[in-house]
Amino acid sequence: MQRRTILILGIVLLTAALLWMIFAVWPGWLIDAIGRKKTFVNTLLNGITLGGLYFLVASGFTLVFGLMRNVNLAHGSMYLLGGYIGYEVAEATGNWFFGLAVAFLVIAVSGIALQVAIFRRMQGDELRQTLVTIGISIIAADLMLAVWTGTTYQFDTPEALYGAVVLPVISVIKSSGAPVFIKYPMYRLAVLGVAAVVGIGLWLFLNRTRIGMMIRAGVNDREMLAASGVNVHFIFALVFAIGAGLAGFAGVVGGTALSIAPGEDIRYLLASLVVVIVGGLGSVTGAAIGALLIGLAEQFGLAYFPTYGVVLTFLIMVGVLAIRPQGIMGTR
Amino acid sequence: MLKIAGKTLLAAAVLALASPAAAQDTIKMGGLATLEGAFAAPGQDSIRGIRMALEEHKYTAGGKKIELITGSSDASPASAIRATRKLVEQDGVKVMIGPLSGSEGLAVKDYAKTQPNVTFINGTSAAQDTTLRNPAPNFFRFSTEGAQWMAGLGEYAYKVKKYRKVAVLAEDYSFPYTQVFGFLEPFCRLGGKAPVDARFWVPIGNKDYSSVIAALPDDVDAIYVALGGADAINFLSQYQQAGGELPLIAGSITVDQTVLGSKGKIRKTVIGTPSAGPISDTWDDPRWKAFVAQYKKMFAGKGGFPSPSLFAHGYYINTKAALLALDKVKGDLSDGGKKFRAALSSLKFETPTGMVSLDERRNAIADIFLTEVVEGPDGNLVNKTIKVVSQVSQTFGVPYKEFLKYGQVSRTNPPCK
Repeated sequence: MQRRTILILGIVLLTAALLWMIFAVWPGWLIDAIGRKKTFVNTLLNGITLGGLYFLVASGFTLVFGLMRNVNLAHGSMYLLGGYIGYEVAEATGNWFFGLAVAFLVIAVSGIALQVAIFRRMQGDELRQTLVTIGISIIAADLMLAVWTGTTYQFDTPEALYGAVVLPVISVIKSSGAPVFIKYPMYRLAVLGVAAVVGIGLWLFLNRTRIGMMIRAGVNDREMLAASGVNVHFIFALVFAIGAGLAGFAGVVGGTALSIAPGEDIRYLLASLVVVIVGGLGSVTGAAIGALLIGLAEQFGLAYFPTYGVVLTFLIMVGVLAIRPQGIMGTR
Repeated sequence: MLKIAGKTLLAAAVLALASPAAAQDTIKMGGLATLEGAFAAPGQDSIRGIRMALEEHKYTAGGKKIELITGSSDASPASAIRATRKLVEQDGVKVMIGPLSGSEGLAVKDYAKTQPNVTFINGTSAAQDTTLRNPAPNFFRFSTEGAQWMAGLGEYAYKVKKYRKVAVLAEDYSFPYTQVFGFLEPFCRLGGKAPVDARFWVPIGNKDYSSVIAALPDDVDAIYVALGGADAINFLSQYQQAGGELPLIAGSITVDQTVLGSKGKIRKTVIGTPSAGPISDTWDDPRWKAFVAQYKKMFAGKGGFPSPSLFAHGYYINTKAALLALDKVKGDLSDGGKKFRAALSSLKFETPTGMVSLDERRNAIADIFLTEVVEGPDGNLVNKTIKVVSQVSQTFGVPYKEFLKYGQVSRTNPPCK
């Protein structure tokens, strides 16, 4: 109880300090200490939006693991394939949203195919599943390189989401007294919004629906769930479809924010792994917290000490593994 | 099943018997480029450059057939060494063309010292110390390097553009260090400033530049950007999307065809950006025009760029040099390539971008082009020629001993306070 009060007090204080740093005009000593406010606020927003993107990828990964105890190392390939498919469709139809929908559906179907054709054959054999998915990811990477070559692709951002918006946050007040507001790319705010919607949607789905209840029951005890008359195979296929579909979805969303090129599969697989290790395997809330931490760490590292920024991510991972090996929200 | 296996064995035996005879009139040439990672698109254009030179010579030189074996790296020195070792030690190539990226070049140069009978000719790797300090006697660079490529740009930014203070954004390895040095040295000597804390060094393959963009200072006149391949595309499109308004000055591969010919939204940001390098897309010279025409003939509609990139050009020149020298020695490499290397050292030849010769450390002396990005007649973005700086040497005419005093290229050289 005591510990909890202190924790809550700490969080409230931290939030208040953060809000003050975002909305107040910075005094001179603070600027001297950590640089301009524009850099700080932008980096903070970048970290949060990047965390949103990581969450989209990692939530599917952690969902699949939570239910099936299967580390799907082909998850990154699904991200990349989703990006490419979305790109082709968006180019052909001229409609970005259509590309997004097709990427989600196609990758969801490929997820079901993977589950039915491969994982069902080696149920419970974790090492074999892991090795098979590594194999799949290597083959998929080469096939995608053959089809889409090594070129970097970039989506045309839909008109409505292109450009920068002026935020109601004052960066500095000029000597003339006119306030300078902070500008931020519209699209990245949209990424954050989408991640929040997906996160809340997943939470509601898992906690407020009948199927969600079955999934949670399956996480706790698969055999018992099967014994009580639930079609476990259907549940498995559904979860795999959602997990894979989210990866494909993230491929388009992420490919538009950044770009898609060979090697992105490994990058996002690695990011997902780090996120779920930090957040706790199998927990959607954990994935959200982990994604936010890793996104912020990457961006603050890049802005404030670019040369060694990469280390920060892994320091967090090492710290979590040392203090709480099961991850922040993980259960033993 | 057994039958097939038997046939395969027979075929293998026949091949094994036939190959010693074939080896005598075939020369194996290795071609190494970055076909993976952030520089994959430049890597593909490099291979096009090699193929152009080979096609021109009908895959023969000095009366022997040239067999090209390609290898791939990902811009990391370790991957370049792995691929080079495979080509040299397993495939047995006697002439190596490559690598593409700066730090790869440094690593391959060091490896070259352990293989004195193999001749290494650069691809487009352009770190200064590949040839300036501790050069390998069997490593040749007919393409110039990163500091040479910047010839004239520092003066242009200061005198014509009237920039006095710049921020720097570049990848964190030897080639961008070389480029930054090449740009800042004259710029700062004239009185320009580039504070060390306004220089941003990011890892190769970084995707998200939004925080770097936010951290760029406002009180500078321009940003000097030296990023390549996918990194450049990512930065430029994110800078445009973030509403960035500062003018840019670009490194040689930042507004090269591998970037300008990409599918990114970078048009508004890059038009008007000055740069310098070993080629200029619009150079009005019959030799260059013939080269562009040949490139288009071979690769238009087959994945090629609207105009050959710096990488196709660099690999073409280096391959061409190898073929010309092989012609001179009649394809004779039986002495471990000694005669061949002597021929290379004294080689002086016409390229699509003018005369090229080597200095005593086997680094090229060649013409450099000062350029600016414009929209071409057919809507493609191209680099317009502003000025040709003729016959730039690695030490910019300064005596070798003097030039070494400028110090090794690094994140903080020159200090520019």
